[in-house]
Parts: sequence; C-alpha cells; structure tokens
Amino acid sequence: MKEIKVLGSGCSTCRATIALIQKEAETAGVDIRLEKVEDIAEIMRFGVMSTPGVVIDGTVVHAGGLPSKETVQGWLRA
Amino acid sequence: MFEWLGNNVAYKLIGLAPASHSGQALQFFVMDISKIFVLLVGVIYIMGLLRAILSPERVREYVRSKPRWLARVLAIFLGAMTPFCSCSSVPLFIGFVEAGIPLGVTFSFLIASPMINEVAAVLLVSMLGFKVGAMYVAAGMAVAFVGGMVMEWFRPERWVEDYVWKIQMGVATLQQPDTSLAGRHRFALGEVREIVGRIWKWVMAGVAVGAAFHGYVPSQWIQEHLANGDIWSVPAAVVLGVPLYSNATGVIPIAEAMLGKGVAIGTVLALMMSIAALSLPEMLILKKVIRWPGLAIYASVLAVAFMLVGWSFNWMFA
Repeated sequence: MKEIKVLGSGCSTCRATIALIQKEAETAGVDIRLEKVEDIAEIMRFGVMSTPGVVIDGTVVHAGGLPSKETVQGWLRA
Repeated sequence: MFEWLGNNVAYKLIGLAPASHSGQALQFFVMDISKIFVLLVGVIYIMGLLRAILSPERVREYVRSKPRWLARVLAIFLGAMTPFCSCSSVPLFIGFVEAGIPLGVTFSFLIASPMINEVAAVLLVSMLGFKVGAMYVAAGMAVAFVGGMVMEWFRPERWVEDYVWKIQMGVATLQQPDTSLAGRHRFALGEVREIVGRIWKWVMAGVAVGAAFHGYVPSQWIQEHLANGDIWSVPAAVVLGVPLYSNATGVIPIAEAMLGKGVAIGTVLALMMSIAALSLPEMLILKKVIRWPGLAIYASVLAVAFMLVGWSFNWMFA
C-alpha cells in the first residue's frame, strides 16, 4: 500500500492532480491511501514551494503543475 | 497568414461586411486567437526544450545569501523567467522569508513575476513590435526594482502574519531532470499543456475585449479623448485595471487594439501593468501572509508606479 500525499491549498490544478491519481490507481488496481495536505506549514515542511506537490511514502516526487498521466503511472508501478 | 485567416473567416465564410462593426471585430478575433495560440505553443515548447522555465525552489536557492542589490536584480530577472501560478504566491512568499531573503527583494519578485515573462515578451515583440515590447519589459523591471525598494522603506515586516516567521522549511530532493532529447520533449509538451491549460481563458477573454474594442469603439472618440495622453486618462487606466485580472499574455490583444486605434502608449502601458500585476484576487491570496495595512501600501505603491510609467511615456512620446 502506497501512502500518497497531494500538497496544495485548494487550487484547481491540485484538485485535478488528486482526481488523476485516484483514477490511475483504480485503473492499475494499485492500493493507495490518498491524503490531501492543505496546511501551508505542513506543505513547506516538505520543502515544496510550487503547488501541487506530490509525496509518496514520505518522499517528494513532484512539485509544481499537473503531473502527466505517464508520470503518475510510473509512480504507481514503482 | 493570420490576417488572411481572419479575413476569410469573417468576410467570406460568415459573410460579414469588412466595414461593419461585427465584421471588424470578428476578423480581429479570429486573427488574434490563431496567432496567439500558435505563438504560445511554439514559444513554450522551445522554452521547455531548453529547460529555460525555472521553478521557484531554484530561484530561492539562487537569491538567498546574496548581497541585497544583487539579490534584487536576480529576483527580478528570475521572476521574469518563472511563470508561477498566482496560487503559489503564498508558499513562495513564505519560502523566501524562511530563506532569509529580505522582504523588499521578495516584493520585487512578486511584482516582476506576473507582469513580465519570457512568453509574454516574445508575444509582445511579435504582435506589437520591438519598440513597444522593449518599453513594456524595461518599464516593468524598473517598477519591480523601485517598487521593492519603496516597500522596504515602509518596513513591511510589521504586517507579515506571525505564523510565517515560525514555519520551518524542509529540503526536498527533487529528482534530477531527464536531459535526453526524449526527456526534454516530454517536459516541453508537459509545459505546453500545463501553461496553455492554465491561461487559455485569459487569452480568449483578452482577445474578445480587444476585438470588441477594435470593432466597436469609434476612432473619432479615441482621437478626441485618449490620443494625446490627457493627464486623467492614466489614473483612469490604472483604476480600470484593478477589478480586471488577466495574465501578461491576455492583455496583449487588448493593448494591440488600443494602440491600433491611437490610444497614447503610456496609457496603454499603465492599463496593461495594472491588469497583470494589480488585481483583487492576487491581493486576497496575499492576505493570508500580509495584513491589510501592508497590502494597502503594496497596492498603492504599485498604482503610483504605474501612473508614473504612464505619464512619463505619454510625455516622452507626445
């Protein structure tokens, strides 16, 4: 089970990122726990300034902008 | 080519008369929409291939612990190269504060970033000519430089929310970028999708306003009221820009239509800057980190700076 956190204070790209990860995980049949981090202090603790950021099992894998579908699939396979 | 497309769609396909208001407006709309989108996709793709698009995390590393004058110059240049989304301005502000970057330098960055960017600069030059493009970029940088310095003079530390000072930032180790040609291509495509997806609404709205202006506002009226740069027209342009918000690319077609009808250059520049950099939504976002008095001063400094830009350009080119 992967713990995925999406960092972002409610911008439209952040919501799109969450929806994308959800959808790809379902398609790939990967078990994930998706969490939305909106608290700015917590976002900054990850060292991310450009949102949305994506954290998988404690590691920042993405910052700034909507990740591509292929990138998300790559994370889920790894 | 784009003019040909505009002519064909408006006059032949739809059959509007070239002299009619609707014909002129539609011709302008089709011509500008096609031209801007082609330029936009092309420029962003090339910037993406060169990896010339910077992230705020990298900017922070370049600017921190530099002497103040150098930090400010860097912040402005890098701000111009960072097409950050206004929803990132809060984390960006906090990140700069946490890195010990002086607030005045942070303000310089916040002013420069929405107003100038490399994509808008290329579009400006190709749509409005080198002279207007260069004037806009130079004036924008001057405003960012002086505006940040003036902000510093007001000691804005007083108005920064307390929690901002307490945040401890972690260090993200981002994956190394893939610099193979295929990797660059993927990155460039992603940037095109991301940036065009974010700003197309502003561009459409800007072109629509520009088209309406081009087709319906009588030249006669412009000649009488806005061509000679009456003193009042500049503050009016700045005030008009506050409730209007668009990004730096979206204001270009509006400027194009206004200049085409003979509105004075300084008035146009003041309106463009005000629309791009001084807006209510941006202020509401910054409200999360800066209290009202600080924001009011920030908005006033910008408004005064844009008016000075407008007046001096009108005066120089009168």
